[in-house]
Amino acid sequence: MEKILSREALCSAYEHCKGMLALRCSAPHDIQSAKKDILCCGGTGCHASNSKELMDNLRNLIREKGLEDDVRVIQTGCFGFCAAGPIVKVMPDNVFYTQVMPEDAVEIVEKHIVGKELVERLLYVEPLLNERLHDYAKMSFYAKQQRIALRNCGLIDPESIEEYIAHDGYQALAKCIFEMTPADVVKTVLDSGLRGRGGAGFPTGRKWDIAAKVNAPEKYIVCNADEGDPGAFMDRSIMEGDPHSVIEAMTIGAYAIGAHQGLVYIRAEYPLAVSRLQKAIDDARATGLLGNNIFGSDFNFDIEIKLGAGAFVCGEETALIHSMEGQRGEPTTKPPFPAVSGYWEMSTNVNNVETYANVPQILLKGAEWYSSIGTADSKGTKVFALAGQVNNVGLVEVPMGTTLREIIYEIGGGISGGREFKAVQTGGPSGGCITKENLDLPIDYANLGKIGSMMGSGGMIVLSDQDCMVAMAKFYLGFTVDESCGKCTPCRIGTRRMLEMLEKICDGNGTMEMLDDLERLAETIRDTALCGLGQTAPNPILSTLRFFRDEYVAHVRDKKCPAGTCQKLYQLTITDACIGCTKCARHCPVDAIRGEIKKLHVIDQSKCIKCGACIENCPKNAIVKE
Amino acid sequence: MKQVNITINGVPLTVPEGTTILEAARMLNINIPTLCYYEKLGCGVGNKPASCRVCVVEVERRRNLAPACATPITAFDEGMVIHTNTQRALKARRTVLELIMSDHPQTCLTCAKNQDCELQTLAAEFGISEIEYQGATNRIPKDASSNAIMRDLSKCIRCRRCETVCSKVQTVGALTGYGRGFSAKVATAGMMPLADTSCTFCGQCVNVCPTGAITGISYVKQVWAALNDPSKTVIVQTAPAVRVAVGQEFGFEPGVPVTKRLVGGLRALGFDKVFDTNFAADLTIMEEANEIVQRLKSGQNLPILTSCCPGWINFLEYQFPDLLNIPSSCKSPQQMFGAIAKSYYAAKLGIDPKDLVVVSVMPCQAKKYEASRPEFANDEVRDVDYVVTTRELCRMFKEAGVNLQGIAESEYDSPLGESSGAADIFGVTGGVLEAALRTVYYLVNGKNLEGDAVNFRDVRGLEGVKEASVTVAPGLTVNVAVASGLGNARKVLEIVRKDPGRFQAIEIMACPGGCINGGGQPYLHGNADLLESRMKGLYAEDEAKTLRLSHENADIKQLYAEFLGEPGSEKAHHLLHTCYHCRKK
Repeated sequence: MEKILSREALCSAYEHCKGMLALRCSAPHDIQSAKKDILCCGGTGCHASNSKELMDNLRNLIREKGLEDDVRVIQTGCFGFCAAGPIVKVMPDNVFYTQVMPEDAVEIVEKHIVGKELVERLLYVEPLLNERLHDYAKMSFYAKQQRIALRNCGLIDPESIEEYIAHDGYQALAKCIFEMTPADVVKTVLDSGLRGRGGAGFPTGRKWDIAAKVNAPEKYIVCNADEGDPGAFMDRSIMEGDPHSVIEAMTIGAYAIGAHQGLVYIRAEYPLAVSRLQKAIDDARATGLLGNNIFGSDFNFDIEIKLGAGAFVCGEETALIHSMEGQRGEPTTKPPFPAVSGYWEMSTNVNNVETYANVPQILLKGAEWYSSIGTADSKGTKVFALAGQVNNVGLVEVPMGTTLREIIYEIGGGISGGREFKAVQTGGPSGGCITKENLDLPIDYANLGKIGSMMGSGGMIVLSDQDCMVAMAKFYLGFTVDESCGKCTPCRIGTRRMLEMLEKICDGNGTMEMLDDLERLAETIRDTALCGLGQTAPNPILSTLRFFRDEYVAHVRDKKCPAGTCQKLYQLTITDACIGCTKCARHCPVDAIRGEIKKLHVIDQSKCIKCGACIENCPKNAIVKE
Repeated sequence: MKQVNITINGVPLTVPEGTTILEAARMLNINIPTLCYYEKLGCGVGNKPASCRVCVVEVERRRNLAPACATPITAFDEGMVIHTNTQRALKARRTVLELIMSDHPQTCLTCAKNQDCELQTLAAEFGISEIEYQGATNRIPKDASSNAIMRDLSKCIRCRRCETVCSKVQTVGALTGYGRGFSAKVATAGMMPLADTSCTFCGQCVNVCPTGAITGISYVKQVWAALNDPSKTVIVQTAPAVRVAVGQEFGFEPGVPVTKRLVGGLRALGFDKVFDTNFAADLTIMEEANEIVQRLKSGQNLPILTSCCPGWINFLEYQFPDLLNIPSSCKSPQQMFGAIAKSYYAAKLGIDPKDLVVVSVMPCQAKKYEASRPEFANDEVRDVDYVVTTRELCRMFKEAGVNLQGIAESEYDSPLGESSGAADIFGVTGGVLEAALRTVYYLVNGKNLEGDAVNFRDVRGLEGVKEASVTVAPGLTVNVAVASGLGNARKVLEIVRKDPGRFQAIEIMACPGGCINGGGQPYLHGNADLLESRMKGLYAEDEAKTLRLSHENADIKQLYAEFLGEPGSEKAHHLLHTCYHCRKK
């Protein structure tokens, strides 16, 4: 691609490239058309399920059939529907295939591409209707979504700067540089109401405003790509699926605050995102969209990638900055805020990936457009990583104010296995749970805060009646204990002491006083820990103690785990329903089941490891936890 | 600077912006407990990681409690209302302290820091009678790999003072945060034994550790054993800086020299002879001044660096191996004393050097390491057998019921006890250079400095780096520098690397302020004013003597006449000089 050295050059590049997306964006849906784009998900999840081999097979077959002039196989970013991957979408047909294996390439090419017939067995089954869908548009998973941050994911080839330009890429940056002053840009972001998507929800425009007003010899703009919340992967997907949007947004931010160097702090555990981002940076630089004299203007800006080792605490901005400096990844007390003293003690602005991904659209379409989406408190959309006991697992982007019920029962396709909804854990290890009573609460920063949870980075774990809330709190606390940097006392020792109490409770060794001790210690830690990680670490405990105290009491007083997940609080026993088929005994890995054929079997409790293999294999449901 | 109006516990106060809540509270004599905080580690560096959370206070309109030590009152905080002793703050502090104690061995009775421990003091002040939250503890084997510094990480409270002083003040960087979460430690890289690191054993970490996690390795037992062994003649030498610090432990005015009582106390402990390292300091000056004059005359191998401080020599060997040729080849006074004692003095007494035990009382941990260097022994007979620090000596006094307040004054023994005022000031930054200049003047001009000219005030004071131009004789001006604290030493050495001609003589001491702030001195507990007092004490000691020039020391003259010949002689070289080795890691 030629260098783009003026705004006019960007326009002509757009004209030159826009045809690349014709089949995907504007053509009528027509299975009979000869020209086709076969989009294959190239996100980490689908990659791990051999999507690369699938793409190779598809390309080889297309070539063998001599169709390469008409049919293109394109690797895109994540479609968000990760549980059903690898995903293949055929355009302009608007057909969505799920769980496609490399060997399915033959059938797709021969039957669909050549034969113009759908491969029924690969079509997505809508859980609510229990039928295979022919048209992507009818998928409930996507119907209620509004994709702004994820708009290019699953649409364009993330490794092609041309395709990004074809979808209005770098237009927002050009608009900023040629039509707006830095102060205009800050004002637009401020007016849009965009808030930080990384966790705390600080207004992005205010952050930029503060940084812009700091008088410093050097300023840095940083992208926090250290996504550490277990279960959340929207940042990774954006970087894998639409890296140029992050680059464009950082450049806009740099223009707004007066920075000339950008840094992306990304965990080395995201190799695909790192390589895509690096390629995008290289391409942008080669095209004149990074470096000196961007668009031929006098604005200079470049971006460097800094790899992190994947510590949760390095998502905290001061720890992140120390890690980038080569120091131990530990937070320091604020103030001074990074805007005043950050990277190498220079003014530094840190925003998260998803926040940046919204920025080009805001600049292009205006603050009014963005602030028309969402609630009074929270504008725009939010990406959630939907997981747990829900039928459709994956990334969903919905307007702020969408209710939990809509997300779980419409987009998520309801609770899996027909179980009963119990709660949703939002905000990962820093958040809290939302119960049935709040299913119709419009989700935004304020409402989540009111009920003791938080938006966090958007993890959303759906829990059913088979999930123990005490064990859930223990799980998250175990995570924070592992991920604590160990700097301050409340987090280093306090969280460990809370975990020890939870372990005792889950093992049936808890006392009623312990519940009060736990609550008191949790409150002190929240009040005294140095950084956000420590201050929010007690949230899962405080939240479950508030909404599910009865479950704690059951563990302590009755020595029972109502959900049947705390191993030390139940035994597996075989009831009279046993027909003596011996299946359980044959599947027991520790030889704990004895019994003669056609007679009642018995479990030796001293040997049983409660793995549940017997339950799974019993044809009569004769084995129970009690 | 903007003034900000605040209220603490209902009392209005105006402070300049940037003042911390802790500093503001202290202006009102409101005490807020601290633990990790340490205001003056040296060289303008403090430790306020805000990590212990013992100093939390309530600030109105803030969601969480704020650490008083690290919360600045900014220009935006006009009208800030602070409460330092609400139930919320007190309960939080108590919980935090209990949490720290829940991962602490609580073996106070057998701890080297018993009654000198900040955690113990806080626990007493808070009246902690039981620990509510008990659980797993970090139990880490002690590191006694070096023969100077003992690390017992089980007692570490992660205040990071040692790490800060080691990396920011001394720029040695032997200690760092290591591991994560509950098992996070302040440790050496990869938990390697301290002896295998580039630790200089300066002992500044020992001085600032609030608990018993870092202490000196003690040879007190061995000293008692030697004193009780009738077959041994046990002699002791006392370093210059000891006399102005030892009194602190016995209720004397800080910094006041208690030399004669110190001598009396040592006699009471049973030492056969009580000698003075100062004698050897004068001897050092004889050799070193001679070396300076030789090098100035030849113009080669300049600048000359002093070599009395073993922490500094370790630093040089690890960090500046390209400069090994420029320090003076003189052994330190401690080692000169040992070498002379085991040769000249043993011969005088007519005893086998094997039966002569030399004990040093030093303000220093690195002296323990120095005494054990392989080159400082003769056929397995060590020049210096045992080193005890000022602190350890105080414990010995207390154990033996010797109270310096009540002890009779006594004089040092002869012939290794006589010393000049020039030797006294070895204990403070700038003193060695000043002492040397007094004798250099004599060597160059053939006459002594008179009156006030003896005092080289340009090289005095506690600043980290001092520079001066000294006219020794008409046409002979020497540019000198004095650095104390290894971070400052690094700065000066970087200058030497770039511009070797800028200085002709440089004094370096590892500890900020010199030996008065050595790693074996009674704890300052954050009171840096004590250093000022100790410095004044040493200069007063110098001023009070009529003998203020090393080369006028009669016992020294006699030593050369009877035994060594002249400064720089072959015998002097054999006994009093050494060489340095590259130990780059």
